[in-house]
Amino acid sequence: MLLQQLINGIALGSTYALIALGYTMVYGIITLINFAHGEIFMVGAFVGLLAVSVLKLNIFLAMIVAMVACMVIGVVIELIAYRPLRKSSRLSALISAIGVSIFLSSLALMVFGADAKAFPSTAFPVRQIKIGEAEISSLQLLIIGISALLMLGLEFIVKKTKIGKAMRATSEDYNTAALMGINVNRVISFTFALGSALAAAGGVLVGVLFNAVSFNMGLMAGLKAFAAAVLGGIGSIPGAMLGGLMLGVTEVLGVAAGFSSYRDAIAFAILVLVLLVKPTGLLGRKIQKKV
Amino acid sequence: MGSILHDFTGSIDPYLLQILVNIGIAIILALGLNVITGLTGQLSLGHAAFMSVGAFASALLTIKTGLPFSLNLLVAGSFTALVGMLIGYPILRLTGDYLAICTLGFAEIVKVIFLNLDVTNKALGLTVPPAKTVIPMPIFVWIWAIIAIIAVTFVQNSRFGRALKAIREDEIAAESMGINLTRYKLNSFALGTFLAGIGGALYAHFLGYINPSDFGFLKSVDILSMVVLGGLGSVPGAVIGASVLAAAPEFLRFMSQYRMLVYGALLVFLMVFRPNGLLGGVNFVDFVLRKLGKKPYLSLRNGQEGE
Repeated sequence: MLLQQLINGIALGSTYALIALGYTMVYGIITLINFAHGEIFMVGAFVGLLAVSVLKLNIFLAMIVAMVACMVIGVVIELIAYRPLRKSSRLSALISAIGVSIFLSSLALMVFGADAKAFPSTAFPVRQIKIGEAEISSLQLLIIGISALLMLGLEFIVKKTKIGKAMRATSEDYNTAALMGINVNRVISFTFALGSALAAAGGVLVGVLFNAVSFNMGLMAGLKAFAAAVLGGIGSIPGAMLGGLMLGVTEVLGVAAGFSSYRDAIAFAILVLVLLVKPTGLLGRKIQKKV
Repeated sequence: MGSILHDFTGSIDPYLLQILVNIGIAIILALGLNVITGLTGQLSLGHAAFMSVGAFASALLTIKTGLPFSLNLLVAGSFTALVGMLIGYPILRLTGDYLAICTLGFAEIVKVIFLNLDVTNKALGLTVPPAKTVIPMPIFVWIWAIIAIIAVTFVQNSRFGRALKAIREDEIAAESMGINLTRYKLNSFALGTFLAGIGGALYAHFLGYINPSDFGFLKSVDILSMVVLGGLGSVPGAVIGASVLAAAPEFLRFMSQYRMLVYGALLVFLMVFRPNGLLGGVNFVDFVLRKLGKKPYLSLRNGQEGE
């Protein structure tokens, strides 16, 4: 029973982690809470749905199509809504992000309507696999596997490639990185592309998992993923993964323990409690105050 | 007295009256958040939750005790301020975005609690009986809007307000000047949430129906947009921001289905072209005095950062 819930929690948590990574990377580089990120997740789910139902692609190809589409959208959003505001106060950029988020969700409402859409049942054949007491569906296995693969890929890009090095330098010190000849604008665009692609993958996976894609799915998922990013220590990539998994598992355990009507509060209660003990999140760097 | 006022509000077009009341309530809410975020520099993403605390407290007071409305408002506002201080005490030691996400988290928790309490009628929401007063609601709203404008203007220019601005500019410097950070932050939180409670109470009695889901994240964001759009820390800015954004959905109504689409694009557009808000960096009192020739122009305008 506990094992079963743990598996469910990890599957849910890894989708949170995928979204949280986008928040944390963008925050790490330009200290912006990208509130439009949840909507990119939603757009990714819709693109995936269209690719499966209209283009008749299989789920993996559909996910790649969604990731590429969202990369483009993410970069364009940064170009239009955030880049002009980079030198002004962070709150203005925040409001701009909220504007983008309202724009995207109402666009989706207009195009796709208010009711939730489902993936065709042939999208991914679900089989149940028994592990001792627990049952794990092939879908959950797929979600955990793909999330792990994407996170490893991200880890590789950030740690081993030249652009990853540039990303780390920019997040360490924006101005010095620019002085060292790093094209900061390109690094930021790349970060948005990377984050958006992960969110799109998360969107497709969540869409298949709950078999529902709707225009307002981005709001709560985005808030929870943001909570996950902060829980792990915002700006820290392993922190986002850890935070996502923790929130997913506690949420599922909380629901299993009979608090299902408090479902949405559980994630935030954990967050508040952790922040009160560790004010910069689990893996966050201590903020040093200099006088 | 009461009947004259009723005749007066009755003579105004009901549609216009509703927009005016929405603007009045928005002004009270925006001014409250302006104290917390604009003046003290503590980003709060949960203002709507305090509004809902005030709304439910006041609605329950009317239902259970039938207290006169003017007293009811004060009790609901004070109760909200108390809740605000209780929540604020542990979380105000967090800084920046950690504080923001904590207020957001608390707002979601408050919403879910209200959705599960029997006394607030769970997800069905509460029907609020008419307020116990002879003065019509719209007049009440506007009286409170004016009180809020005057009060916040006075606070801004008082010793208390200057301490808050010092905290906004640099916490460490403020602390070394002998400003008790926790106390001042808490007081600013109390004032802001008090106004949120009043706004919520007025909203509840004007609309006659409240539902916890109406006070979600989007409502908080709405109020924050008003403050930032108007210009952080500026009272006339908050008033104009609240008026523009509270009236915008009505003016955009002719676009019917494209309304929210345009609203979102408008927010981006306004921020890109006026990053410091419509009135950010404009000192209104000085501006008027200068126009009247009572005060010389300074060669250097005070650079106001919205941070």
